[in-house]
Amino acid sequence: MKKLLNTLYVTQPDVYLALDGGNVVLLKDEERLGRLPLHNLESIISFGYTGASPALMGYCADHNISIVFLTMNGRFLARVVGESRGNVVLRKKQYRLSDNENSSAKVARNFIMGKVYNQKWMIERMTREHPLRIDVEQFKKISQHLSALMVDIHACEDLERLRGLEGQAAISYNRLFNQMILQQKEDFYFHHRSRRPPMDNVNTMLSFAYTLLANDTAAALETVGLDAYVGFLHRDRPGRASLALDVMEELRGIFADRFVLSLINRRVIGPLDFYKKENGAVLMTDEARKKFLEAWQNRKQEKITHPFLGERMSWGLAPHAQALLLARYLRGDLDQYPPFLWK
Amino acid sequence: MGANNEENYLMLSGIQHYQFCKRQWALIHIEQQWAENVKTLEGQFLHQKADQPFIKEKRGNKLIVRAMPIQSNELRISGVCDVVEFIKDDQGVELHGHEGRYVAHPVEYKRGKPKTNDADLLQLTAQAMCLEEMLLCDVTHGFMYYHEIKRRLEVAITDSYRNKVQSIVSEMHDYYARNHTPKVKIGSFCRNCSLQHICLPKLMNKESVESFIGRKIRE
Repeated sequence: MKKLLNTLYVTQPDVYLALDGGNVVLLKDEERLGRLPLHNLESIISFGYTGASPALMGYCADHNISIVFLTMNGRFLARVVGESRGNVVLRKKQYRLSDNENSSAKVARNFIMGKVYNQKWMIERMTREHPLRIDVEQFKKISQHLSALMVDIHACEDLERLRGLEGQAAISYNRLFNQMILQQKEDFYFHHRSRRPPMDNVNTMLSFAYTLLANDTAAALETVGLDAYVGFLHRDRPGRASLALDVMEELRGIFADRFVLSLINRRVIGPLDFYKKENGAVLMTDEARKKFLEAWQNRKQEKITHPFLGERMSWGLAPHAQALLLARYLRGDLDQYPPFLWK
Repeated sequence: MGANNEENYLMLSGIQHYQFCKRQWALIHIEQQWAENVKTLEGQFLHQKADQPFIKEKRGNKLIVRAMPIQSNELRISGVCDVVEFIKDDQGVELHGHEGRYVAHPVEYKRGKPKTNDADLLQLTAQAMCLEEMLLCDVTHGFMYYHEIKRRLEVAITDSYRNKVQSIVSEMHDYYARNHTPKVKIGSFCRNCSLQHICLPKLMNKESVESFIGRKIRE
């Protein structure tokens, strides 16, 4: 597998990014704040209303470096996409499968399979590691329920039914999520998912983690020549990177949720890292966002063995590996799309 | 139009990729994937010198032309000769803008050293066949220049190589028309391939995804 490079997170809203030779230059009021060689970068994620020069965008598009613009709170604004990578034949195959409910279901069920499998083993791991802190009996019961769902998902060839099975799995898993929070329980709790806007500390962190993961996944898909906006499970909706959402289903629990839980349980993030707006919306402070991004970047560097390929790679390359495998499936190298089944 | 539309011509340089690995060729030419490694960059650097179409050199009875675009309608391939040397020879053909008659010899530049397989020689033969068709002449031999040994070797353009070029190119057209990326046997040569991270050679002898999933959910 290729090597995972760094991500440059620009968190100051008044910094302008420009190109100088093979370097990105950070400018603030005409003054140079820094200069980084681009060959060490995998992506640039910029928060707030910063700008970037067309020359920099062109260079990055050409060299497979993704640039994403987000609002200060992590809401997606724009992604720089260069000339389409790869082959029109691959994309047309993707569109053909996506247009057909039946063949979409065959791909989609493996995304869901991955998601449920990974959630099951997160739950099993909790019962092993913290039997005294959780309701083991309830965890075991839900783990068995997820196992049963997996058998149904495996046999399912209908998208609507698949969504129903996914919904059932989500309800079971969410029921346990609050128990996986082991520290700072008075400030960090999970009752249900709230998104627009997130109404508590945990949901705010989850949303931020999902945004980062979705951007990595969309960039990975574009790099291998797929269209991140045409999905199989998530149907077409203007402006939605449906395929990125599809592929990240598998990684939500095992990567994003676990990451958020570890920040709480290891007390990297505390109650003072948030502020509540008048309407109840919860935002992360600038300081918290920096801690979050630093930890995220470190987590991405950790090494794992890819469950299907059996190859050592960084966690951060999981979206890339899955994008490659999806492309290879669409090209006819594989009998199915192999989900990321992590234990 | 149709089959003889120049749009459908294959790149001559692909013959070398194809001989190295059919899958590498398909990834580059059909799937439009590319990745650099040290070797490809060295190759590019070396060719900067050879690829200067507006430098013409005359040395005595020798005319040296660089970066000459060539094609063959018969093979439906096109490409560029690094260097073509034209030597004054009564047995040769007339050239536009030059007095006398000339015979042509393609010269191909390579970064490494002579290879044990005949990929380089087939590429040179294909170039010779293009030159023959374009100039209506016979090309009896060409040269391979290898940067690592800083020397060039004379290569005879034989009928058996011509036949091999013909059959390889027709195979390539076949894959290309079907848009098919073949699976291949993997080997130690995969380590030298700049596309190994795109190809995923490990996929070549992997269990099926169906059995992978089945095994995992029974755990």
